[in-house]
Amino acid sequence: MTPAQRRLVFALGAAGLAAFYLWGLFGLPGFGSYPGPYGFVINRIAVGQTNATGVVSTVNFDYRGFDTVGEEFILFAAAAGVATVLRRLRGERERPAVDEAADRQVRPTSSAVRMIALLFTGPVVVMGWWLAVHAQTNPSGGFQGGVVLATAFVLIYLSGEFLVSKRVSPVDLTEVVEAVGAGGFAAVGVSAVAMGLPYLKDFLPLGTVPGAVSSGGTIPLISFFVGLEVAAAFILIVGELLEQTLLIRQEGQ
Amino acid sequence: MTAAVSTPYSVPVAMMDILQVTLLILVAAGATAVVLIRERVRQVLALSVYGVLLAVLFLAFQAPDVTLSELTVGAVALPVVLLLTLAKIRKREE
Repeated sequence: MTPAQRRLVFALGAAGLAAFYLWGLFGLPGFGSYPGPYGFVINRIAVGQTNATGVVSTVNFDYRGFDTVGEEFILFAAAAGVATVLRRLRGERERPAVDEAADRQVRPTSSAVRMIALLFTGPVVVMGWWLAVHAQTNPSGGFQGGVVLATAFVLIYLSGEFLVSKRVSPVDLTEVVEAVGAGGFAAVGVSAVAMGLPYLKDFLPLGTVPGAVSSGGTIPLISFFVGLEVAAAFILIVGELLEQTLLIRQEGQ
Repeated sequence: MTAAVSTPYSVPVAMMDILQVTLLILVAAGATAVVLIRERVRQVLALSVYGVLLAVLFLAFQAPDVTLSELTVGAVALPVVLLLTLAKIRKREE
């Protein structure tokens, strides 16, 4: 294929894309217009049906809980994939880590960064925990809370305490927590089936006061399991990468 | 276009419109900047700032849950993973 032919094929493709894209743009509904009744219905009935005031969580963990199971297992599969690819196989020897950039200068972490990281670790843990276990009253839930919790781990590393960050999140424990989180969500759904209800049907008492800690039935429970799963998955992925980088660095010094 | 944002507390529609348009422009500029910056570490930092911009945009469009996701994943987790990868491959690339 000559360059001229290749350009012709590209021009044809680009023209087609542009035509379809413009066609699609002109068919878009107006800014902010929402035709469907689904959102309005949910907004009207959600609080009354579940007593949970975090309606986003109600949709994620109750009305559309089945979607969320799928999403959660995507992340589970990703973390399991990283752990599988980077593990040591039988018959494989671990090569001693080599500093790929022996000439680089590793500056010590500045005390400003260490101080800020230390200051934030506690509040970040509290924030992540709150987001994950109080999904019934806040606008997020286990996913966001889990990532915030995992961020605390990164902060501990930033404050220069890699050994501490390894001690608070040993790989085996993290993997167990991840599995418990992923399995817990599915188990809550199956428990409903065991009671003769549809999968993931909210079977716990819904509380009486909308927005109270006790409201929402299985919503905070599921959110808690999602939080565990997500936090563990992120810590595993980031931890694997940290180890790859840091082993080499320690060797170099 | 009807009221861009309807809330129990009153926010003048015009003000909300200005905020949203400003943020849309900032996000477009941020995305362009991320693509145009060629130096990798700076590109990652720009990506992180872009994540914060997107998060604020989502907040202005009344999606606090997506805001939190974007803030944690787009502004923190993704840049951390990218920086670690860059640290690992730095020498090999040169």
